[in-house]
Amino acid sequence: MSRYQDNPNETVYHTKAGPHGTLLSIEGFSLWYGASQALFDVSMTVEKGLVTALIGPSGCGKSTLLRAINRMNDLIDGLTTKGSMSLDGIDIYSPTVDVIGLRKTMGMVFQKPNPFPMSISDNVAYPLRVDGIRDKRTLEETVVKALKGSALWDEVKDRLNENALGLSGGQQQRLCIARAIAGEPDVLLMDEPCSALDPVATAKIEDLIDELKGRYTIVIVTHNMQQAARVSDNTAFMYLGKLIEYGETSRVFTNPKVEKTMEYVTGRFG
Amino acid sequence: MKIGAQPLDKHTENSEQVETQYGETEEPPTEVGAAVEEGDSETTAGPTTTSGHEGVRPGKSSVWDFKARGEPFLWGLGGCLVVGILMIVGFVVLILYNGLLTFFPAPIERVALRSGSVAAGELSRSEQYKPGPEVLAELPAEIRKRISENHDFAHRRLYRIGNYDLYNEDFQWIPDYDITGTTRPKDLFHVERLEWGPFIGTIKSLDLNGRVVSGKTLTLDELHTKHAQAVKRRGRIRSIERNQIAGVNYELERGRLKLRKIMLANGKHSAEYLKAQRDFEPRSATLEARHHELAKEAAALKEKDAKYTIALADVNGKEKLIKLSDVVRLFPANDLTFLQKVEIYFSRWWEFLSQDPREANTEGGVMPAIFGTLCMTMLMALAVAPFGIMAALYLREYAKQGRMVSLVRICVNNLAGVPSIVYGVFGLGFFAYVLGGSIDSIFYPERLPNPTYGTGGLLWASLTLALLTVPVVIVATEEALAAVPTSMREGSLACGASKWQTIKYIVLPRAMPGIMTGLILAMARGAGEVAPLMLVGVVKLAPELPIDHFFPYIHLDRSFMHLGFHIFDVGFQSRNSEAAKPMVYVTTLLLISLVFIMNAVSIVVRNRLKRKFFAGHF
Repeated sequence: MSRYQDNPNETVYHTKAGPHGTLLSIEGFSLWYGASQALFDVSMTVEKGLVTALIGPSGCGKSTLLRAINRMNDLIDGLTTKGSMSLDGIDIYSPTVDVIGLRKTMGMVFQKPNPFPMSISDNVAYPLRVDGIRDKRTLEETVVKALKGSALWDEVKDRLNENALGLSGGQQQRLCIARAIAGEPDVLLMDEPCSALDPVATAKIEDLIDELKGRYTIVIVTHNMQQAARVSDNTAFMYLGKLIEYGETSRVFTNPKVEKTMEYVTGRFG
Repeated sequence: MKIGAQPLDKHTENSEQVETQYGETEEPPTEVGAAVEEGDSETTAGPTTTSGHEGVRPGKSSVWDFKARGEPFLWGLGGCLVVGILMIVGFVVLILYNGLLTFFPAPIERVALRSGSVAAGELSRSEQYKPGPEVLAELPAEIRKRISENHDFAHRRLYRIGNYDLYNEDFQWIPDYDITGTTRPKDLFHVERLEWGPFIGTIKSLDLNGRVVSGKTLTLDELHTKHAQAVKRRGRIRSIERNQIAGVNYELERGRLKLRKIMLANGKHSAEYLKAQRDFEPRSATLEARHHELAKEAAALKEKDAKYTIALADVNGKEKLIKLSDVVRLFPANDLTFLQKVEIYFSRWWEFLSQDPREANTEGGVMPAIFGTLCMTMLMALAVAPFGIMAALYLREYAKQGRMVSLVRICVNNLAGVPSIVYGVFGLGFFAYVLGGSIDSIFYPERLPNPTYGTGGLLWASLTLALLTVPVVIVATEEALAAVPTSMREGSLACGASKWQTIKYIVLPRAMPGIMTGLILAMARGAGEVAPLMLVGVVKLAPELPIDHFFPYIHLDRSFMHLGFHIFDVGFQSRNSEAAKPMVYVTTLLLISLVFIMNAVSIVVRNRLKRKFFAGHF
């Protein structure tokens, strides 16, 4: 008799409630790209102020789930969803929801650094600019605050008006984080933020995530299990579009309940 | 691969596929080529060849190696490129050589003929030819023998003898056997005149308001000073006639048109019309008095000017008296230092670039044509840029990609292949007659039946060309928009920007270099297009420039001159094609340079944008 649970179709939860309560709750969420289903009946909660990591092998749907949270998947034709997802009580997939307003409450950091071809300060001020804020002092203060928040200030304070494309890869990614937090979002969504970076830059970003923890609720998709173990409070393991196991990071990594999770976290596949 | 990223990464995937396709296409031709060659040596292609492939193991036979590496194809590809480059280089060299040398003063040869008479002219070119039997029959036996020894060929030279008013021709072929000797006398002058083309001969005398200076005592310095004074007089007369009198006429015409407008609106016997007529009368009287005054002034100047004359004589002694002010330029062609020649060369270029054409466009300058070409191209770019960019934006960013959009796209691409003359017909029919006709009847009824916008003009020509080039801009813009990375759009959307904000702040600036490339292509095509313009507003000789100092300064309704049409007109519509040939080269050179300069400017602008958006990563 194995010590693992036999039925792989049932998610195993062993989360404890966060100290600040739940921010995002996902219930029975399924998603289709045209005819092919990418997410199967995912249910989970994201605790306020904590870092939640989504791990799993390629194609398991972790990025899709992340992008479903701020409705970035809307750009794709033929997308259908089922189930619900709500942020602080607001139904994200309600037909009346203001998608642009919703996205303003979430910052997103992408796999590859994608600074805009403009100056460093313009990059950071972009979320405010599109909000119609033109007041110079507000913009300046936000830029300084966001850059300090993303630990980039000391490196770029003398060249705020230079093109952001001149920064190094790691700096660009931290700039993107600064841009994501400039609009004071509730949630920070990170889609493999370190996969295009070298180890030193990765370490810096991880330190930064540690610093941001508490102030923001962070959902991070990562391929790197050590990273998930290092930075996250809760970890969700996904496989083939299903949420297999979700719980405290230490439990998921050291004492998984499902055999698949064990195999993945020990590197037997993936 | 992550499912989430799948559809969004589609673009990059596609491009990768394309690359691999290209990568693969390099191989198959090699095999096909090898197969064909082997098929020749054996009996048939097909299965035999395949077995041949298997039979010859690569690496064993050096011949097979050679084919497998595709060496002959490599040479073929390189050869095609070389042919293309050679054609371009040859074309540019031909245009540059002929265009740049045209204005360099040539020496005048005095040719003594067998018959005892003499001719003088600039050597233009020479060739081998076969004299006809009736010509041969009249020649002395000795010359006949020489020609028959030379396989019935003789050599002849073409001289530009000028003096069209005396000889009725500008050029003369002189066979070598007719020439008994050539000299280059230093007293022979090349005189460029306002009318009748160049005069080649000597200066007999100068009549300066009664004071006669003989050609023998005349110094070159004095000649040039007196000539410069005459040119100044001509300029004054011209300024009175062209500017001041034209201004008065313009005022008068405007007053009359205003009056007619009031008459058309209120009727011939209405109080308004009668009042306006009364108001206009004193103004009209002053203007007419001013006109009379100016005309008198011009007549007086002309009368004075007519007293300064120059008497010229050709090599056979035939005399010709012309006004000194009718001389554009004169110089002793055989008595020039190199520096003087260079001076004449540049003064001729300056005349070409800054003056109006003369003598049915075969002489003088092409300034109005340069001006017209530039105006039209810029207006075209102004019209085509917003239309093309907006259409492409909708097609690429907003329209639901499907069968309908594909159909539109195919139509746009096909529009680019419609013969340009069709656009010309459309422009004339729709823009000039329908649109222009309506504009005339609504806004300019007083000028009818003379059309204002109801005929070809600058505006309609620009719009026609804009229509012609809009597919180029649409296609280029669409490509540029598609090339903006998805990550940029997503980054912007994730910041809470709307689709329009994303397009405005991120997509458009990033796509700008590509859009500029499309505009450059469109401008280059538009500037060189002639056929449709002949229908919608280009004329042989435009009396007025489309921009001048009369309100409203830019006259979009005016017909204009165009360098491309000028080439056609000078080269193929003038009385003397031989004399016009150098002008064709020079004008071609100018048109090409103009297109080149416009392109270069846009390319510099584009590269600046590029540097801004594609600064080095890492």
